Amino acid sequence: MKKEPLEAKERDVSQRVNSFDEVVFGYSEEEALSEASRCLQCKNPVCILGCPVGIDIKKFIYQVSQKDYKGAYFTIRQKNDFPSICGRVCPAEYQCRKTCILTKKGSPFAAKEAINIHFLERFVGDYGMRNNLSVPPGKCAGAAKIKVAVVGSGPAGICCAGELARKGIKVVVFESLHKLGGVLRYGIPPFRLPRDILDYEIDYLKKLGVEFVPNCIIGKAKTLDGLLKEGFAAVFLGLGAGTPSFLGIPGENLCNVYSANEFLTRVNLMSAYEFPKFHTPVNIGKHAIVIGGGNTAMDAARVALRLQKMNGLAPDTTILYRRSEVEMPARRLEIEHAKEEGIKFKLLVKPEEFYADKNGFVQKIRCLECRLGEPDSSGRRKPIPVPGSDFKMPCDLAIIAVGLQANQILTKATPEIKVDEWADVVVDPETMETSVKKVFAGGDIVGGEGTVIEAMGMAKKAAEAILKSCSA
Amino acid sequence: MQDVFSFLKMKILHKEILGQTQDTRLTKIEVSAPDIAASASPGQFAVLMVSEEGERIPLTIVDCDKNKGIITFIFQEAGLTTKLLGKLNQGDSLYALAGPLGHPTEIKNYGQVILVGGGVGIAELYPVAKALKGAGNQVVTILGARTKELLILEKELKSVSSELHITTDDGSYGRKGFTTDVLKELLNNEQRTMNYELVYAVGPIPMMRKCAAATQEFKVKTLVSLNALMVDATGMCGCCRVEVGGKTKFSCVDGPEFDGHLVDWDGLTKRNAVYLEQEKHICNLMPK
Repeated sequence: MKKEPLEAKERDVSQRVNSFDEVVFGYSEEEALSEASRCLQCKNPVCILGCPVGIDIKKFIYQVSQKDYKGAYFTIRQKNDFPSICGRVCPAEYQCRKTCILTKKGSPFAAKEAINIHFLERFVGDYGMRNNLSVPPGKCAGAAKIKVAVVGSGPAGICCAGELARKGIKVVVFESLHKLGGVLRYGIPPFRLPRDILDYEIDYLKKLGVEFVPNCIIGKAKTLDGLLKEGFAAVFLGLGAGTPSFLGIPGENLCNVYSANEFLTRVNLMSAYEFPKFHTPVNIGKHAIVIGGGNTAMDAARVALRLQKMNGLAPDTTILYRRSEVEMPARRLEIEHAKEEGIKFKLLVKPEEFYADKNGFVQKIRCLECRLGEPDSSGRRKPIPVPGSDFKMPCDLAIIAVGLQANQILTKATPEIKVDEWADVVVDPETMETSVKKVFAGGDIVGGEGTVIEAMGMAKKAAEAILKSCSA
Repeated sequence: MQDVFSFLKMKILHKEILGQTQDTRLTKIEVSAPDIAASASPGQFAVLMVSEEGERIPLTIVDCDKNKGIITFIFQEAGLTTKLLGKLNQGDSLYALAGPLGHPTEIKNYGQVILVGGGVGIAELYPVAKALKGAGNQVVTILGARTKELLILEKELKSVSSELHITTDDGSYGRKGFTTDVLKELLNNEQRTMNYELVYAVGPIPMMRKCAAATQEFKVKTLVSLNALMVDATGMCGCCRVEVGGKTKFSCVDGPEFDGHLVDWDGLTKRNAVYLEQEKHICNLMPK
């Protein structure tokens, strides 16, 4: 008998919109076994081709099916240092699950029938965490004397730090904010990635001997050159894509128009949802509008709606997106979650202008309707505004989630580092080395916004090259 | 070898009340921050947190002792965070401190310059005045305070100025009136042979705005140092954005200094008032 795919259980909708508790529960052992048994164990496991770091998916799922969870954990850990994180935030439906044989070729994203690889990864990662499994450090000759600096404690930075520390290298991670984790901390809300998961992974790195220095802005408090002169044999830049893009439309600087980064930073990093216990405020709209179709837009909308609910307001949060749902870059699961929680979607609309009340607070938004034209350079059909289709909506809180660009604090202070036209750092794709010798880079600062797992893939590659360059 | 972690201390080494009235207090603290002290230049600021629950607030680096690794802040207890900061004493540590942030002031020999400082903004004026004097400028300084007790750094600014004018709103010291009254006279005076190349103003928004309006007519380049609200202060959030010459700028990474003639003062005033209600609420909750 063919088994049905098994979705992980989730917190009840009425409960989850009133808190920041994690929405998706992990698989139970039975659920994991049931899902693992659906894997066809293909002779040619194409799922692996869909994984940016090439996890041996076939093998770890087989190990799960044999109840060898420890084995499965180490299989994943050969390629991915943070399975509990990736199992929660990886857009698997665009990666391994899309290439899974159970998804029809040419689908825009994974079929429902595709093996739920991400839930299995999370199950295995959480098993490893609960049982304190860790990869034994391997020594690299002479490593103890080598010191490497990592700039940024986001996905790329912590991955690179872990890779090097396990080889016995002394790693110091510099972070500009007061808390560690980068976008995993300030960007992804705790209901998608609970803070204790992130804390566990960072504590693990500390146990490995990684030194973390928060509140230190490289490019300002210290220069890159200064780090090299201090005796760091190499530097890895995991600076991230930290600068929010705006729409460039009238009224965008009115009060209560936020970038998604600001809104999420206030809530996630500064805990504004616990104001006044935490002192950073955030405003809560009666009619919240979120502009964009990516994960950040979904996160911002779900946070905005939670704030409405938790403050006794009738939930009214709408996502505006200029294409249709199928073109949305967000994880399908997050789109589903957003809908379940009561987020409204208004598709094929392009914001044109914000209007203010007498105190300068946003009050209304004017949009144009769009139709879809031919595919553009991104391969997605291009939205074409329909002249004369203007309409207005009430909007007393607007969150703009239309993408991020490179944070240029370090690169502007260090012109010898070559950047491209988007201010992203240019690297040798083989080694991730920048135009400055001994300085490597990875994550969103290379090639723009990507996923957590892609950032980690780059960081691993850089770590290998750093090891080589240090032992040479 | 230099201890790379030494700046983690963030300890308050010295605290001094510079001026106070019944409802206002101006406080100076010196904080251990070797890395920031080593790299800070006039015009730059740092961002700090008093406690883990606290806000991140930007404060101008008023002075730094590069040898001792100490930076100085002067602040007015206005909102919750500055009030909590005012409760810290010598020996206490900040929860977080990062910097130096923002562009340094462009220090060169402009010739003759007028510096205008209002209220706690006088503190921000001091490092710039020192540096401009050091670059060979003839510095004329106008200081304004609400009342005599709240006038700070008079002696320090006198030592770097060729001329020092003081105004108080209530006439309790210096001349009764506003800094802009003096500014207009200086620019207007036809008998004078002075040819001012730069006016640099820092203080409350209405004061900077009035200064910029006054100098516009005389076509004198006018720089203002904006005190927009910030969160990360490293260009990540855009909370501090302000329109300058019709373009959106981030005060934290593009500023904090801008051409005063191009700043959208209305927009800045309104954006700085976004959280007034919350501020009032949380201050009322604070134990007296």
